[in-house]
Amino acid sequence: MVEFLAMGGYAFFVWSSYGLSLLVLALTFIWPVLQKRRLLQKLKQAHQRKSQLARRQQ
Amino acid sequence: MWNFIYKLASPKYFYDMAGKLVPWFGGLFVLLVLPGLYGGLVLAPADYQQGDSFRIIYVHVPSAWMSMFVYVFMAVNAAIGLIWRIKLSDIMVSSSAPIGAAFTFLALVTGSLWGKPMWGTYWVWDARLTSELILLFLYLGFIALQTAIEDKRLAARAGAILVLVGVVNIPIIHYSVEWWNTLHQGPTVTKLDKPSIHISMLIPLLLMALAFQFYFFANLLMRARCEVLEREKHSTWVEALIDKHPEAKHG
Repeated sequence: MVEFLAMGGYAFFVWSSYGLSLLVLALTFIWPVLQKRRLLQKLKQAHQRKSQLARRQQ
Repeated sequence: MWNFIYKLASPKYFYDMAGKLVPWFGGLFVLLVLPGLYGGLVLAPADYQQGDSFRIIYVHVPSAWMSMFVYVFMAVNAAIGLIWRIKLSDIMVSSSAPIGAAFTFLALVTGSLWGKPMWGTYWVWDARLTSELILLFLYLGFIALQTAIEDKRLAARAGAILVLVGVVNIPIIHYSVEWWNTLHQGPTVTKLDKPSIHISMLIPLLLMALAFQFYFFANLLMRARCEVLEREKHSTWVEALIDKHPEAKHG
């Protein structure tokens, strides 16, 4: 295991490559998830305002 | 065939179908990336010259391939969007850009981390590295252009033209290692002869490349769905969707 982690002396280069790839792919994945949540909240609020306005007008 | 395309271009149909495809593509990504990582980090033997540092190939090469694939995908969709005015194509172009930029960034950084132990430097103005850096600037330029222009149709047209002009950089990246005598090595896999890489090293590479491909399409569809929702917010189907959305009843 220690030998595996040492990567034949190239541990820093190998593991920072893989770590960075993981980080960038994770951030790229999270972005649309958060974006959709924000958007749904925004649309929901607009929708509620609209239905309240409609109720008042009745 | 035409009926299918017509249906696909309908925003609601696209939204529903993309929603079904995302978990499948995501699942395939996980299913491919795990054996790819195991094969690349554990099973594949160390390189006879580069030792274990060569294992960077399994993130570097798939990222670099994807950085070019995503750009070509954008260019094809940009052309379709310009010629036939298909909104979904515009959405595909703008949703691809951040993912393409991420892959390009990864290709550059992992290449740099591989260059240091092998070439003795993190960066050199070699033709391959420079043309890949230009690709990153093309992606960033496109994203900046999209955020700068408020009108979506105008932004899509301006962006499409930028993407189509920039496509000239793709063959330059690919052939840079043959046209110029540079530090970056030539192709080992994508050439007409047999790949000059052992099968035990090649299989994990192909698994990782395929995994990244599925990652891209899963992520693209997630982003495209958001964009469709935003653009269609006044339509009846989105209103119905918001109404049904569980949080809508409380909050």
